[in-house]
Amino acid sequence: MSILVIAEHDNTSLKDATLNVVAAAKEIGADIDVLVAGSGCSAAAEQAAKVEGVSKVLHADNAAYEHQLAENLGLLVADLGKDYSHILAPATTNGKNLLPRVAALLDVAQLSDVTAVVSEDTFERPIYAGNIIATVQSEDPIKVISIRTTGFDAVAAEGGSASVDAVDAVHDAGVSSFVGEDVASSEGPELTSADVVISGGRGMQNGDNFKLLEAVAEKLGAAIGASRAAVDAGFVPNDMQVGQTGKIVAPNLYIAVGISGAIQHLAGMKDSKVIVAINKDEDAPIFQVADYGLVADLFEAMPELAEAL
Amino acid sequence: MKVLVAVKRVADYNVKVRPKGDGSGPDLNNVKMSINPFCEIAVEEAVRMKEAGVASEVVAVSIGDKSSQEQIRTALALGVDRGILVETDEEAQPLGVAKLLNEVMKQEEAQLIILGKQSIDGDNNQTGQMLAALGGMGQGTFASELKIEDGKALVTREVDGGLQTVSLKLPAVVTTDLRLNEPRYASLPNIMKAKKKPLDVKTPADLGVELKAGVKIVKVAPPPEREAGIKVESVAELVDKLKNEAKVI
Ligand SMILES: Cc1cc2nc3c(=O)[nH]c(=O)nc-3n(C[C@H](O)[C@H](O)[C@H](O)COP(=O)(O)OP(=O)(O)OC[C@H]3O[C@@H](n4cnc5c(N)ncnc54)[C@H](O)[C@@H]3O)c2cc1C
Ligand SMILES: Nc1ncnc2c1ncn2[C@@H]1O[C@H](COP(=O)(O)O)[C@@H](O)[C@H]1O
Repeated sequence: MSILVIAEHDNTSLKDATLNVVAAAKEIGADIDVLVAGSGCSAAAEQAAKVEGVSKVLHADNAAYEHQLAENLGLLVADLGKDYSHILAPATTNGKNLLPRVAALLDVAQLSDVTAVVSEDTFERPIYAGNIIATVQSEDPIKVISIRTTGFDAVAAEGGSASVDAVDAVHDAGVSSFVGEDVASSEGPELTSADVVISGGRGMQNGDNFKLLEAVAEKLGAAIGASRAAVDAGFVPNDMQVGQTGKIVAPNLYIAVGISGAIQHLAGMKDSKVIVAINKDEDAPIFQVADYGLVADLFEAMPELAEAL
Repeated sequence: MKVLVAVKRVADYNVKVRPKGDGSGPDLNNVKMSINPFCEIAVEEAVRMKEAGVASEVVAVSIGDKSSQEQIRTALALGVDRGILVETDEEAQPLGVAKLLNEVMKQEEAQLIILGKQSIDGDNNQTGQMLAALGGMGQGTFASELKIEDGKALVTREVDGGLQTVSLKLPAVVTTDLRLNEPRYASLPNIMKAKKKPLDVKTPADLGVELKAGVKIVKVAPPPEREAGIKVESVAELVDKLKNEAKVI
């Protein structure tokens, strides 16, 4: 038994999500190899070699892998992966895009968003927007699994000394190409790994008012998130959406401002350690999951909060 | 070009589904069933392509038991031309669904298939990617914009860092994100008309696919309950609690 972890990186550096996936792999318990596939990504491969618990880094460096196109990477991972018992990746948009493709090429099922390891073939995962936790067993020879990073505490980024082996195989499916990207410039910490997250909903009324959240976020070193309603209304970009179909967060402190608490939003944040809700409607469902609820007009409460911190 | 849309019957998104008492699965007794919201967006996109003259025909495909005919009828009422039900009483998992859709796509010689990015019951987010792999096709997942240009699909994707645009050779697979479009409602006359539109029924065997379940549900349980919290009276009290009680700031 051995495990192949697909690293999340941006060609320059390894993303934290990889550390949570290695943690999940350690719980399964077997040798852990990490694949760093990209273009000009040797720095990320070097970083992966230092991660605690990693035996070997596979470093596939080619222009075909530059933008993580699933059509190309899928062929590479399916090819390398057939010798492993488990193939793991974080349940990021990259992981979600790639893993099912790998599974289909290997003719096996895929398990999405695993939050706990029960045994080498049995895992827990939320379904129905997190209203049900299913324990599922895979009957396939190769288990292809995306890991919900909030379910596993990251392993140390330093301390390991794995070898780095070059993978020369080049797979270019030739059916897709990268055209461009519009990457949101985020200054603060990353939403999915921040210690504190403060999110705004429809109650914010417009994008400009998110400045009220920024003032508090700066004081707390928080990342800023949003409900789907706020994204839909164009207040903020899509990559800030927290929820069943957006990002899953589980910080130490989550502050929901002007968010009603729909099932789909709760699915993305209810595993946070401490939840604060600020809403002017005392019957808003968000108060049912909040440790501390403040019934108030956010336009008064937020400046006051920024002041008090 | 011919466009397929995959529509799945799921518990309505407004329902909070709970586990059955014996923990054997979700309790769907008397639960309102609907078209998966992401599939509604897929239908809308395909119908708009037809209206814009880009698509010549739009065919909705669903895999499930007889009752999935309802969701196909809904798609027909929204402007889809005809429907195909691949009828099975067995639970169809994403790989099986992808195999069936791949066969339908070949039979229909479709140039594009639009699926939802995720079904809101199993929260899998797999079928489109699997189908694309099986067919050796390009995939534009989590799409917030779709254009057909020079015989290629130009897809803007919602990714963790923002937006990414890819160009795909046809035939291709696209899966929808929430912001791709705002689905319309079916009008009463269109609901009546939909009853007369063709709906073919096939079986997995007709398509030469054997369904197997690679994943077994051992048990289901409710998520851990959060302990009831308290209401604070003021911002000052909130800050005090966060500092001295919860110790998170
Ligand atoms: C398939 C599907 C997937 C979805 N996925 C997601 C998802 O991933 N994430 C997500 O968030 N949603 C998701 N949704 C949408 C979800 O159902 C809700 O519509 C959405 O979460 C509501 O956002 P909201 O709470 O900001 O808005 P609303 O429900 O409109 O709530 C606004 C709140 O602001 C409060 N408010 C207004 N003014 C003030 C003020 N001045 N001061 C204080 N409070 C104020 C109001 O009392 C109200 O409670 C999904 C829906 C579907 C169908
Ligand atoms: N049984 C099914 N019938 C038709 N389409 C399906 C079925 N299962 C999944 N799909 C399609 O695949 C998408 C993603 O589903 P999933 O991979 O289960 O999250 C759905 O939104 C549908 O478009």
